[in-house]
Amino acid sequence: MTVASLPQKSAWKAYSDWANDHRKWLFAAPAMAFVAILIIFPLAWTLYLSLTDASGSVRAESEFIGFANYAEVLTDTERFWPAVARTFIFTGAALLVQMVLGMCIALLLWRPFKGEKWVRVAILLPLVATPVAVGMMWRLIFDPNIGFANQALAWFGIPAQPWLSGQDTALATVIFIDIWQWTPMVVIILLAGLTSLSEEPDEAARIDGANAWQRFKFITVPLMMPTIIVAILLRSIDALKTFDLLYATKGRGGGSFHEVETLNVYAYGLSFDYNDYGLSSTVLIIFFLIIIGCMWVLTRRRKDVQK
Amino acid sequence: MQRTILRKAGITAAIAMFAGGSLAACGGSGGDAEAGSDTLRVTLANHVWTEQIIEAIPEFEEETGLTVEVTQLGEDQLSAQYNVQLNAGTDEIDVMMYRPLQEGKLFAQNGYLADLTDRVQSNPEWEWSDFQQGPVDSTTFEDKVVGVPTITEREVLYYRTDLLEQAGLEVPQTLEELEAAAKKINEENPDVAGFVARTGKSPAVTQFSSFLYGFGGDFIDDEGNSAVASPEAKEAYAYYGRMINEYGPENVSTDMSWPEAMAIFTQGGAAFYTEADSLYQNATDPANSQVADKVGFAPMPAGPAGSKPYNVPSWGLGINEASKNQDNAWKFVEWATSKDMVLQIQKEGVPGPRKSVWSNPEGTATYPEDLAAAIEVSAENGVGHDRPLVINVGEAREIVGDPIVVGITGGEVDAAADSADEAFQQFLDDERE
Repeated sequence: MTVASLPQKSAWKAYSDWANDHRKWLFAAPAMAFVAILIIFPLAWTLYLSLTDASGSVRAESEFIGFANYAEVLTDTERFWPAVARTFIFTGAALLVQMVLGMCIALLLWRPFKGEKWVRVAILLPLVATPVAVGMMWRLIFDPNIGFANQALAWFGIPAQPWLSGQDTALATVIFIDIWQWTPMVVIILLAGLTSLSEEPDEAARIDGANAWQRFKFITVPLMMPTIIVAILLRSIDALKTFDLLYATKGRGGGSFHEVETLNVYAYGLSFDYNDYGLSSTVLIIFFLIIIGCMWVLTRRRKDVQK
Repeated sequence: MQRTILRKAGITAAIAMFAGGSLAACGGSGGDAEAGSDTLRVTLANHVWTEQIIEAIPEFEEETGLTVEVTQLGEDQLSAQYNVQLNAGTDEIDVMMYRPLQEGKLFAQNGYLADLTDRVQSNPEWEWSDFQQGPVDSTTFEDKVVGVPTITEREVLYYRTDLLEQAGLEVPQTLEELEAAAKKINEENPDVAGFVARTGKSPAVTQFSSFLYGFGGDFIDDEGNSAVASPEAKEAYAYYGRMINEYGPENVSTDMSWPEAMAIFTQGGAAFYTEADSLYQNATDPANSQVADKVGFAPMPAGPAGSKPYNVPSWGLGINEASKNQDNAWKFVEWATSKDMVLQIQKEGVPGPRKSVWSNPEGTATYPEDLAAAIEVSAENGVGHDRPLVINVGEAREIVGDPIVVGITGGEVDAAADSADEAFQQFLDDERE
């Protein structure tokens, strides 16, 4: 009994010693495997596809064509560059309004007041709805003929607006919807930052006779800067990647005139409507590089602030 | 002490990983055992046809002892699903409902569709020769049968009987009369559009095609070159665009497919509507339509070249080439497209592809009389395609659809047709390579 169990025990012990010595690898292994399988592989595959003329079926034979796709995409002024512009207009406009509005609401909710809980819940509601459902809902509200928005305008004698159907108004309308849905998230982040601020600097400034605007501008905002940058970072990544809302409201190609076609919608159309996987992968790789670039700038800025 | 805890934690983690691995292995082997079995996986699109088939599936299961698993998706989701799954070479789909004119060539070229040539000839009772020639042509690729047509459709004119009566008008026989009638009704009833139809760049192409043929044009000429800038095509683009721009709903969206356009018509918002006949129940069913008892049907009004509606198979059934269950899959296809089943479904309002159901008075007994008459006319002078017959139909539709939306928004149709022509020629040249 003892004889039989001895070698087994020592093998077990050897393993456990080994596991103990290498525990940083052992613990990190599942996460590393996950990253390798689910992030690096698809990325490498996309990169490979972007250098081929894969189309029709990804299993069909495709030729390696080097950077020809990149040349084609980067010189495409009809779909690609307008899509880049729309991606940035959408992200920039939505982000700006969300930050300003989010800051205002966060400041309003900062100090305790009666019924605070209910107000907070009400403000957070848009955040919990799924973007596709939100898109469908606003599509009905903004319907030019039977939608509520135009009926409401009619009560005030304002003529009906095309909203999502208009070539010039569609992008602004989806920006509005994005603001409606995502401002609450900015509020949550900023509110968390505000609550953790200490009272002293503010009080000291008050004693020195600083008015509310001065205290906000010279005390609250600088102290909040790291939180604000986190909010910008999270929201801008999300906004750049927006797809569901745009697809639910305007469908494939971002509408008949590509009114809301961002890079994501364009890449989706290239692969799912045109079956042009090479070109689609190229657009996605360029998009990926753009996002990485933006994030690099933002994180550097954040480090500067923290210093 | 701390060391022991760490060691324990390390062991637990190792066990967890090991257990996870073996569980995953179990999952894999379980799945393998199921393949090629009595379970048949059928992917279908949302359609009245599908609802009828699903109702009848228990009979099939009883007859054959098979279990049928149905996945049902909307048109766009179905396409996306096929794109992902078939690209990956899945064997998880056995029977697939697909659009022969939209994806047929692409799928057949990619080798997604199993060759059914021998199978369709194998059962004389089922009778392959009973299927109409047009639909059969479109499910045949390079002389191989790759699908069986299930639903056919033609473009017809939906109209509001009450509005026509009120305006003292006859049912328009020509496109000229249609325009005059739409104008008159729109002027007399400012809240009602004279005319509505699909407006989305891609969805509108199929419904525009009958107008194009009526003016004497087509998407591609006999030599295989782009014909979308021909004088006839320009006239057709201008006509379609003008009808919606001038007599259509106000602030009309340029994203409408049939559900949106149909909604405007069934809510009483339009006098005339051109659409596929297979969707007629949406307009005549009181549960969906506020004008159910005031809807009339007429053949596509004639243009300078006559009344030339499309007459096409909109859906068919194919078998996934990678499926390990092809024999059982064929049993399902055979059953779903049998004479009895096609007749039964046709009686429920879905026009079938078999000659026998149309020659059988029972086959059209449940249809509104004027619709049955319109279908009969359309089947005679119909054109066998409603979109450019190319491999990448999705891209082609967007190119040739551009002048439609330019017209709808009141832009320069001629210029748009010229640039669409250039792009389409380029597209055709690329595809021929």
